[in-house]
Amino acid sequence: MNWNSAAEFFAMGGYGYYVWASYGATLVLMLLEPVLARKRHAQALREAAADPGDER
Amino acid sequence: MNTSAANAGATSPLRLFTFSAPSRFYSLTGALLPWLWAITIVLTVVGLYIGFFVAPTDATQGESYRIIFIHVPAAWMAMLLYLVMAFWAGVGWAFNARLASMLARAIAPTGAMFAFLALWTGAFWGRPTWGTYWVWDARLTTTLILLFLYLGYIALVNAIDDVRRGDQAGALLALVGSVNVPIIYFSVKWWNTLHQGATISMTKAPTMAQTMLAAMLIMTFAFWAYAFAVVFTRTRAIVLERESHTAWVDELTGRSAGTIRPGDRP
Repeated sequence: MNWNSAAEFFAMGGYGYYVWASYGATLVLMLLEPVLARKRHAQALREAAADPGDER
Repeated sequence: MNTSAANAGATSPLRLFTFSAPSRFYSLTGALLPWLWAITIVLTVVGLYIGFFVAPTDATQGESYRIIFIHVPAAWMAMLLYLVMAFWAGVGWAFNARLASMLARAIAPTGAMFAFLALWTGAFWGRPTWGTYWVWDARLTTTLILLFLYLGYIALVNAIDDVRRGDQAGALLALVGSVNVPIIYFSVKWWNTLHQGATISMTKAPTMAQTMLAAMLIMTFAFWAYAFAVVFTRTRAIVLERESHTAWVDELTGRSAGTIRPGDRP
């Protein structure tokens, strides 16, 4: 185990700012992207359901 | 016009091009998605646990090196996804395969995100280790070009109203731009860069501690599963957007032909 306390963990040996700026941005983008993709899919499904099939 | 092709894919037995039918692809990936997300979450938890709680402190860089567990996987994914995008864009162009072009379009935003994250995490790693967030070093500059290639591809395909022409123009850009990927990869060898050499070499034993390497590889597989999941989700959306006129989408949404409901366009 590398850390004796939560405070020590978040301090990252004095590099906390750099480590958490990296992990924070990664977390935000990798949560946001799937949400946006799922929204686009739900939207496409709604539009397909509302739009008559016109090529048959 | 495309109705018969889509239906043939849905009923005929398995063959090489079975999953090139958008309808088949749509149902197959729908079944795969929960598993891909589960794999992503499990691998991320395991990888980060090893990375933060098992892997030791680096002798020269202290704790700042722990950025490697997302930096290297993000950089690898950015390069790999570009080649995959260019490949499918090329297939879609050469063989007039609609689904391949849709895949290429779906990959671009995810690749751009990973390219951005590679640059972002690299900046926050470079500051404590090199003393600067940015330097016009060969590795960094070519990675920035990779991000611009992704953004250029996205802007180009969306700027052209004719969908298939947009696919073709995008394929040309993607294929020409793919020459940048080996340049990124070998830049640390060809030029005297501030960026360190390859973390993993094909010819030499890894120089990192076993646990550091394990965490980095597990995070790479986690990002891989993530990329599959999010790209499939986006491809499914694009499939529906483009195939909304076909019989199989009508079946999917439960709307029978000829039914006019309030709100339907005339």
